[in-house]
Amino acid sequence: MHVLLEPGFFSNAPVRTALLLGAVVAAVSAVVGVITVVRSQSFAGHALTDVATAGGSGAYYLGVGALWGFLGGSLAGAGAMELIGVQRVRRRDLATGIVLGAATGISALFLYLDTTVKATTGATQQILFGSIFSVSNSTVPYVAAFSGLVIMLMTIMRRPLLLTSLSSEIASSQGVRVRLVGVLFMLCLAVSVGLSSIAIGSILSTALLIGPAATALRVARSIAAATLLAIGLGIISAWIGILLAYDSFYWDPSSQGLPVSFFIVAICFVFYLFSSLVLARRRSHTTRRPVVTDFAFSAEGH
Amino acid sequence: MFTGFMVNAWQAGTIVAVVAGVVGFFVVLRGSAFPAHAIPNGAFAGAAGANLIGLNPLLGLGVFSALAALAIGRLGKRGRPDVATALALVLMLALGAAFLSQSTQYEPEIYSLLFGEILGVSSAQILPTLFLGLASVLAIAVLYRRLLLTSLLPDVAASKGVDPFRVDVMFLLVVALATTMTVPVVGALLIFSLMIGPPAAARTLTSRPGTALWLSVLFSLLTIWISIAASYQSNWPVGFYVGTISAVWYLSARTYVRAKLFLVLQRRII
Repeated sequence: MHVLLEPGFFSNAPVRTALLLGAVVAAVSAVVGVITVVRSQSFAGHALTDVATAGGSGAYYLGVGALWGFLGGSLAGAGAMELIGVQRVRRRDLATGIVLGAATGISALFLYLDTTVKATTGATQQILFGSIFSVSNSTVPYVAAFSGLVIMLMTIMRRPLLLTSLSSEIASSQGVRVRLVGVLFMLCLAVSVGLSSIAIGSILSTALLIGPAATALRVARSIAAATLLAIGLGIISAWIGILLAYDSFYWDPSSQGLPVSFFIVAICFVFYLFSSLVLARRRSHTTRRPVVTDFAFSAEGH
Repeated sequence: MFTGFMVNAWQAGTIVAVVAGVVGFFVVLRGSAFPAHAIPNGAFAGAAGANLIGLNPLLGLGVFSALAALAIGRLGKRGRPDVATALALVLMLALGAAFLSQSTQYEPEIYSLLFGEILGVSSAQILPTLFLGLASVLAIAVLYRRLLLTSLLPDVAASKGVDPFRVDVMFLLVVALATTMTVPVVGALLIFSLMIGPPAAARTLTSRPGTALWLSVLFSLLTIWISIAASYQSNWPVGFYVGTISAVWYLSARTYVRAKLFLVLQRRII
């Protein structure tokens, strides 16, 4: 047992917080991530982590709670992308890029002010890379509450969301307000990314948003199944990653251990590569339409 | 402001701006904003790795940015391109975080790799920067027709037997080359701003590719020059000015075009 679990894994308070937080964030990222991948908005999903970081570094400078900085930054970024034109597919990447570029400029300024004016070290690395082991207990209830809200909103608009994501023409012919649904989705994406950026850092935020969702969408046969599978994959990746990172402190007594983000990303990536194998095997047996077109057909039937 | 170490800053900045203007024009034209963000970030991981084992950071930057470009091309061929880019990006960043955790890197050095240290460019860096910059511009010149064809007229490109996938991978490799030279100067995060804002503004103002390319280089040069001067005066980081001025170009261009359209429409109505 000691080979797998180094002593004190479950009795360690930061580890317990990390496991809980990891699961919550992985679940909400998976729910939002599936739709993000279907709508091809991965870039926005990633860019918002950097925009949230700009908000976080600003909050650090102003002495406001970091959580509000991250959430505020991410929401403001999503709003700006929406204004410039995220909803038009051709302009979408450009709008995201412009907002991202401006936000990195702003975080350059705040991080500079944080390190020179406030003379604090470690801020850059902490804000940019984050660590699930160093999240304070007081943010956990907020993260859980906002995650619950996002999952609720996503569940309520499940059908219109899918319709608009697959075909905005069919959606508007069925009386769905495409623009409103798009804005509400960006809101969910912004909140979820803001939360995950502060809880697990910006690298993991994108990894858990896109990795499990993309893997699940390749294997699952419906969006609901994909969402459930993505939640499962996300939580498993997060937990195994946390375990390995904890263990890695004991692998080589002279080293400092490897970061959690490294392990979780590696596991997500292995899952993704594995899904290619599953897909290739399945293709050689049967010819099957991918999940997205399946749904489009059933939606037309409806 | 134009003596001593500042000479290096002006020279390096000018080279970087020309390359960013040229390469960025095609980034915007081809809608490759996400890869253009991912490749410099991947390169950052390479620099961290090279530092760890005591190699020249330029080597790490080059190898990792090329790896990122190839991974994006390879994964994107089979799956969704944006998913492929996101996965390649987080993989590179996670490797970078692992390298950083093993090294005793002093924090300001991380900051300078991400946000650049243009005022700290040494004269020894100018020549390699110029050389790599010329190579990127030359590569774009060679690919120019194929890039334009596959981005603007994909059907014509196909009928002429141009393989869009190969052109895409080659273009991403050019972005990687441009990244290798620019990351030490302006940083991984800001080369992206420079490759998006000014070219996007140029594209908004004119639909003629040649004119847009020159405008893009001009805007990008102005951005860097204003940023260096403002940073020198205010002591604030160059990155802040590069990031915000780049966005301002695009927003002003869009406002200008809208206003013009509005005036034309009004005249018609009257």
